[in-house]
Amino acid sequence: MKTQICLIDASKCIGCRGCQSACKQWNQLPAVETEFTGTYENPPRYSCSTWTKVVFREYRENGRLQWLMSKQGCMHCTDAACKLACPTGAIYHTDEGTVTIDEIRCIGCNYCAAACPFNVIGFDRFTNRAKKCTFCYDRLVNGMEPSCSAVCPTDSLVFGNEREIIAKAQNRVDHLRKNGNPEARIYGLDEVDGTAMLYVLADKPEKYGLPADPRVPFGTRVWNAIYGPLRFLVVIAVGFGLWANITKNRELDRAKEETQKGSE
Amino acid sequence: MELTRRSFLKLAGVTAAAASLTSVGYRKAAADPGERLRIRYTQEFHTICTFCGVGCGIICNVRDGVIVNAEGDPDHPVNEGTLCSKGSSISNVSYTFDEKGKPRPNPKRLTDVLYRAPGSDSYEVKDWDWALDKIARRIKESRDRTHEATAMVDGEEVTVNRTKAIGWLGSAFCTGEENYLFHKMARAIGIVSMDHCARL
Amino acid sequence: MTNHWIDYQHSDVFMAIGGNTAENHPISMKWIEKAREEKGAKLITVDPRFNRTAAVSDLYVPLRPGTNTAYLGGLAHYILENNLYHREYVEHYTNATYLIEEGFEFDDVAGVFSGIEDDPARNAKKYDRTTWQYQRDEDGNVKKDPFMQDPNCVMNLMREHFRNYSIENVSQITGCPVDTLEESYRMFSTTGKPERAGNILYAMGITQFTHGAQNVRAIGLVQLLLGNMGRAGGGVNAQRGQSNVQGATDMAILYHIIPGYMGTPQQAAHPTLGDYIEKETPETGWWSNKPRYLISLLKAFYGENATADNQFAYQWLPKLDGKDASHIAMYKNMSKGEVEGMICWADNPAVSGPTAGAKREYSAKMKWLVSVDLFENETASFWKREAGANPEEIDTEVFILPAAASYEREGNKANSGRWIQWQWKAQEPPGNCKSDLWIVNELFKKLQKIYEEEGGAVPEQITKMAWDYDGNDGQVDIVKVCKDINGYNVNNGSLVNNFLDLQLDGSTACGNWLYSGYYNDLDNPPTKRRTPEKEGIGSHLDWSFAWPLNRRIVYNRASADPSGKPWNPDVPQVWWDEDEGKWKTNDVPDFNVNIPPQQSAEIPFIMLPEGQGRLFSAFVNDGPFPAHYEPADSPVPNLLYPEATYNPISQRFYEDHVVETEEEKERYPYVLTTYRVVEHYQSGIMTRNMPWLIEMMPEFFVEIDEELADKLGIANGDRVAIESKRLYNNGEQDSIEAKACVTKRLQPLMINGQKKHIVGLPFHWGYMGKSTGAVANDLTPSVGDPNTTIPEFKASLCNIRRVG
Repeated sequence: MKTQICLIDASKCIGCRGCQSACKQWNQLPAVETEFTGTYENPPRYSCSTWTKVVFREYRENGRLQWLMSKQGCMHCTDAACKLACPTGAIYHTDEGTVTIDEIRCIGCNYCAAACPFNVIGFDRFTNRAKKCTFCYDRLVNGMEPSCSAVCPTDSLVFGNEREIIAKAQNRVDHLRKNGNPEARIYGLDEVDGTAMLYVLADKPEKYGLPADPRVPFGTRVWNAIYGPLRFLVVIAVGFGLWANITKNRELDRAKEETQKGSE
Repeated sequence: MELTRRSFLKLAGVTAAAASLTSVGYRKAAADPGERLRIRYTQEFHTICTFCGVGCGIICNVRDGVIVNAEGDPDHPVNEGTLCSKGSSISNVSYTFDEKGKPRPNPKRLTDVLYRAPGSDSYEVKDWDWALDKIARRIKESRDRTHEATAMVDGEEVTVNRTKAIGWLGSAFCTGEENYLFHKMARAIGIVSMDHCARL
Repeated sequence: MTNHWIDYQHSDVFMAIGGNTAENHPISMKWIEKAREEKGAKLITVDPRFNRTAAVSDLYVPLRPGTNTAYLGGLAHYILENNLYHREYVEHYTNATYLIEEGFEFDDVAGVFSGIEDDPARNAKKYDRTTWQYQRDEDGNVKKDPFMQDPNCVMNLMREHFRNYSIENVSQITGCPVDTLEESYRMFSTTGKPERAGNILYAMGITQFTHGAQNVRAIGLVQLLLGNMGRAGGGVNAQRGQSNVQGATDMAILYHIIPGYMGTPQQAAHPTLGDYIEKETPETGWWSNKPRYLISLLKAFYGENATADNQFAYQWLPKLDGKDASHIAMYKNMSKGEVEGMICWADNPAVSGPTAGAKREYSAKMKWLVSVDLFENETASFWKREAGANPEEIDTEVFILPAAASYEREGNKANSGRWIQWQWKAQEPPGNCKSDLWIVNELFKKLQKIYEEEGGAVPEQITKMAWDYDGNDGQVDIVKVCKDINGYNVNNGSLVNNFLDLQLDGSTACGNWLYSGYYNDLDNPPTKRRTPEKEGIGSHLDWSFAWPLNRRIVYNRASADPSGKPWNPDVPQVWWDEDEGKWKTNDVPDFNVNIPPQQSAEIPFIMLPEGQGRLFSAFVNDGPFPAHYEPADSPVPNLLYPEATYNPISQRFYEDHVVETEEEKERYPYVLTTYRVVEHYQSGIMTRNMPWLIEMMPEFFVEIDEELADKLGIANGDRVAIESKRLYNNGEQDSIEAKACVTKRLQPLMINGQKKHIVGLPFHWGYMGKSTGAVANDLTPSVGDPNTTIPEFKASLCNIRRVG
């Protein structure tokens, strides 16, 4: 059930990266140590503390110069590979149509990260959990739009009613095609049965660094078909491990705090 | 529910968050982040972004005297809730987050008056009274040494009341009221070498 | 800005020239995108780099740094040749029909106007402007030719002046292909149609040149020709880079003015108040009110110590000696040991000033330095080893005063659109941090006390300054400051409504006449208003306060034709209602509404004595029309004027700052331009301490085109050394290092048949803070514009090489 989705109109993205820092601000995510490698894009990869970022790509073809920018991150797929891959059922679709990781059930096995066709799931080594964009679920259920779309100056990101967003996207694609962008298209309408992040691209998805044909990996589907019914057994098994892990972590934290206090 | 950027304001502040969940068949997000909006029960303050001349409105959500969230002001007619990367990072001036996502005061932020003595290779912490007194003394010494009360112009003595020996810079970061007092103070000293970022 | 941000939604064509608006003013794109979406507006980006604005533009026009005048002159030429100007507007609202003195001429070989003479004091040239004046009849009225046939009328002089600015010539100078130039000229000239509006938005890529003021003049000239001034969606829109750079300018933190854009008294011309008033007050135009504003300012400054008997304390205002006292001049004086101390309020010239490395060396000649900032900055810590200095050899005392962040203090901030908005305080500053308001108040009180007790050099200058801003609990009462600025009646302390109430006799006090009215109601001060507009054209008259008089678009009489009919009826700003016989408005009118429209149509530009827009201006130091000069550091000779040097009027501060010989041009073959990125802010001392932003833009880098990188064997991420003449001392070449960004977004340009490469450097880095890097401005020359002395940051010459 998706009633509200987010439009990402890449043709309007100015690369100001308001979305990138607004995400960190709202979700209180730490900064990552990075280095300059010759592109404006940074951090280089998604992680537990980087859920979204602006991807920059530059091209010069037949005398035409393009600097393509777009906000990327979790697509909140309908046919979500991460959900199928998760051995504990920790990943699920919420009532808002978003894909969320249940932190209590997650065992940090990273199968989801491996299965994700967009490579957007990160791993938190402190809590031993997979982490990714939540679509600001806390904001959604409180009647607010996600922090990334709220902050976007050019309406490159628009949050709204699914039907209206699709119509808007279609109009925009028509406009772009008429104005010298024959490859303009919607992305995310049919891919993985539709995503809650719906793109308008002025060119082919590969040029934005998006997979041309994202799919749930075949292995993941097989794995899910065989293993799905037995999931509850594993939940019990890992539950114990989890409990032990948390206890251990707490002890470590406590010890560390005491050490710090001692040294002050 | 049609979402507007305005709905942010209605919900923040002391309005309790009330989630209305009408769906069947899909779960609510069971654990965190859930419905507990982190800006619940906060006070709102309107400020102006400091990072360029557009003058965007920012709302600071404050709990117990501390900013817990700063985002675009949906009511502001210029930015209508939007911001750029600098604007949405503004709280980073005060707080940074450690690896575990815990807020910590920005370790680089200056919080004390510092003084560097001639030839020294470090700063020492001083109090305000000491520093202001010392600075006032330095201004007076330099001014008294270099002040020109009059100058000869084509054989006529003209009152000029100036000193060229003290420079004064800034600032486009400060408010109109602060700049007004800067101007008054500088002219009272007789400063003519005065400039700010409009030229830099 | 003559217009404001929200007004961008009404533009039909945008020209972003010398300003990377998507990157440095991202929210402007909100309104630009709105205009594009809703009315099919076009965006042209003119810039040496294919930047983030160019990435979303309809047309990108590359050009060599420092050739904006040629580009804009070409646009003027195109408009005039093809008769695309807004004829009725030009005839009625500009000085196109005015006759200029017979002796006026321009020397096409030397590239100078009539009246050129030596100015040894400034080591440059200057103009005697006698021949630049309007012809006048016996009664002193300007002679005009309404049919614009006279060869000496402004229109024809202008056609003559720009005759060489053909598309071909402009292409040779700028390096932009002919068809791209033509397309951009065609696109923008469509706004010459009465109902269409064109918006030229710019920033420091127009102003930071030795001919910066002429670049701005060229923009004004084009906008007048196309009838875009005073119009919704039009205007000359200088996008301000800092939150209150407009306000700090209004408050005159500049040596040459006092608050409200009145000139600082000069010792030669203004020995007394009477002299000042006599010489600085024009007979016509709004500035004829200047004496009221000056005397009210003196009353606000000196209170009861300013009386009619003592020239309202005029003599306590310091006077200038006719010399430049701007940033470059101040540091030049410092190099000679003439500056003993400096106070920097949130300013970091050791990174943001030209030839910054040399300036850090000069700083050691000061006895003391005060720096007020949020973070330890490069200016304060110039003596540290990180700066390449030896602390033991430096005797300067340094005081660092910790300040409050923007949201830790209250006060007004004026945005680019002149909106004086209130900034509320959200939290207390940490530790011992204090607001600048508190610091300046305490410091001045201390100084006053010392002078009262001990005396000193002309102590009255300090002790007689009115200073009573204390509030409760050791805080400053900001309302007292606001009252001072807004203005009040001296006898009863009541606030004046606006500057129309200000008096000549000392019965009113007002710290800044332009701000008068911003705080005229203690219970509901206009600056604190927060009521958005429900319907209208986006003026938002009940949101904050815009100077002057809450007017959102200045010179708005020009938005309607002489009879009062709006040029564009879809966006009416002011219009004459025939039936009711009065004006209707969507903005605060910028003209006298009590006179018939035909009469106000004669003086739409009310600030000017002649009341009409100046296509020709005798008030600019370096010429009444913009002429193309190469930047001081230029790789090629001036193609239009073969004997021209760089702007001949620009003061030559240093003999050895500029690349002149052929040998030097070979040593520094690449054109260097500096710029900003969205992730960092100015000298970077805030943003280089903000981890979220450092993560996005972690290191200092240099942008190089692929062809040049290939030639020099530089790969993405390599370490690159950058050299300029400013780092060449005593036969040794020093350099700064940056990481290479090899990019398709830069491209070599063909300049008069020669291929020239452009190198780009962001200027945000320095050696203090969490993210450190070399200071780009160590490379830039200390040369400036002859009107403003703004340094030429945007075009110079350099050499680059791979390190290791």
